[in-house]
Amino acid sequence: MEWALLIEQILNGVQFGVLLFLLAAGLTLTFGIMDLVNLAHGSMYMLGAFFGATIFLWTGSFLLALVLAVPIVAGIGIITEITTLRTLYQRHHLDQVLATFGLILFFNELVQIVWPLDGLTVPFPEYLSSTVPLLFGIEYSLYRLMIIGAGFLLAISMWLLVTRTRLGMLIRAGASDREMVYALGTNIRLLFTLVFGLGTALSALAGVLMAPILGANSGMGEQIIIVAFVVIVIGGIGSIRGSFIAALITGLIDSLGRSFLDVILALFIPINAAEAAAPAISSMLIYIFMAGILFFKPTGLFGKQPN
Amino acid sequence: MFDRGVLFTRRGVAGILVIGTCMLVPIIATIIDEPYYMNLFARLMIWAIAAISLNLILGYGGLISFGHALYLGIGAYAVGICSYYDINSIFIQVPIALGVATIISFVFGGISLRTRGVYFIMITMALTQMIYYLSISIEEYGSDDGLIIYVRSEFGTNLINLDNPFHRYYLIFIVMVGCLYLTYRLIHSRFGYVIRGAKSNELRMEVIGHSTFRYRLVCFMIAGLMCTLAGVLSANVEKFVSPDMMHWTRSGELIFMVVLGGMASILGPLTGAMVFWLISEILSRFTEHWHIIFGPFLILVVLLSPRGIDGLLSRRGSGSG
Repeated sequence: MEWALLIEQILNGVQFGVLLFLLAAGLTLTFGIMDLVNLAHGSMYMLGAFFGATIFLWTGSFLLALVLAVPIVAGIGIITEITTLRTLYQRHHLDQVLATFGLILFFNELVQIVWPLDGLTVPFPEYLSSTVPLLFGIEYSLYRLMIIGAGFLLAISMWLLVTRTRLGMLIRAGASDREMVYALGTNIRLLFTLVFGLGTALSALAGVLMAPILGANSGMGEQIIIVAFVVIVIGGIGSIRGSFIAALITGLIDSLGRSFLDVILALFIPINAAEAAAPAISSMLIYIFMAGILFFKPTGLFGKQPN
Repeated sequence: MFDRGVLFTRRGVAGILVIGTCMLVPIIATIIDEPYYMNLFARLMIWAIAAISLNLILGYGGLISFGHALYLGIGAYAVGICSYYDINSIFIQVPIALGVATIISFVFGGISLRTRGVYFIMITMALTQMIYYLSISIEEYGSDDGLIIYVRSEFGTNLINLDNPFHRYYLIFIVMVGCLYLTYRLIHSRFGYVIRGAKSNELRMEVIGHSTFRYRLVCFMIAGLMCTLAGVLSANVEKFVSPDMMHWTRSGELIFMVVLGGMASILGPLTGAMVFWLISEILSRFTEHWHIIFGPFLILVVLLSPRGIDGLLSRRGSGSG
């Protein structure tokens, strides 16, 4: 096996994992604190990609795209929270699932009306489009390295925010006992709106960052949101640490499975059969992994055990 | 058996109207020479069968399964793959479809029913999505382009010939009425009482000696098998199968049909499927971007009428059923 390919795929896996973390963090926060199942979280990722791509194409500045698109989408998220989601916090999960499903239909169609072409493609920003030499003579995309770096930076700041600040204290308190935080005089509505805005911003950021790699398409949110669900289920719903670890594991399993499963299978079965079966099995790997984890720990790696 | 008084409530009248409409559509469509409506209602009834089956676990069992479209896919792919290998007899296709569905629903039910609440929603969703990706990655059976079915299922007799639209329509109708009847019998049996009891208080059911896990698993499997039949029928109407049938948004639409019609009511899923199709038909005449109206409509239904159409019908008196 070539080491260069292995290292490249590990880096790809970490990059995918970091992206998943940005999506999963918002999901797990909204669920842990507001008890809200938000399917429309992926729509914010999609909006992030569209706004980011559009601003980048207009102005030519990727930095400007980041700085403008993230607050715009966070604003849209907050408006959605105030108009629709707020009334759902006290409702049954089924109502939340359905209403946020309605939001997905709405946003997908909205995007098709505003950007009537078949999605957008964006180039890499020029100063990040080169490759950098790593060990063993590997050349790796600077842009992807930047995503990995940004992801780790954000994970650390999230950790600092949750463990070291007053807002983080309220977030943790809200996750363990919502009513008590309310009874102690916190403006819980404002807290919920802030947390929702934060989650949306992370999701939008992921969208802006991925636009040069994947482009922007209507419906791109639904593809990724299920994987983000897999991540938070593996990590334990409500746990940010859990979703970070689970995101990296999921990213690695997915990208290593896609590139090496045929080689591994060929050790056990004839090479023809291995090459035929590998793509089918590798697309299922993360779900099999999730099922395995849940079989032994029904609330995920770091989830709260039910009483 | 049926209590005759039930027929004279608002619900009963609505039920007779809905089933009667389904029964008369081919005749009316022939008279006004619009065969399009017959196809529309055939599709509608297939969705209704899927929704009726989902209602068993969602409405009566209280389990939010977000992956029910999987079984539509299993049923349809069983027909598609069989016909790919020139096996066209329905007496081979249906046992294969049901056999595969039994195994899959047993394994998936076993995994997902160990979890509760939001975990259950996400796992049923993820497991279905797994099969969705599997069907996309198998090039032999058309990947995401799907599989065209050249020959419809054969009964081996001229009495039932699925190429005849009337035969096709009434076969679907009979299966649908059969599923409604089966639901009625199931939920009024001991089995049904345990399932409904576990919905309202699981611990109590456990304490009085029922293994809720086993009952739920069987219920999950029955629902899956019923929906597989809908998939078999769907393959015969469309003559086409694609992974798209199993995408998680399809499962979301199924849930909406059940909620729209009214959860835990026998005819609810049928009226829900009907209203769903009517609204999407009407909206899509106005604009190709009809989802922009349909999405908010869905949100409004959830916010304003959580008990669906059935809730509106039974608002003034008349018992439950």
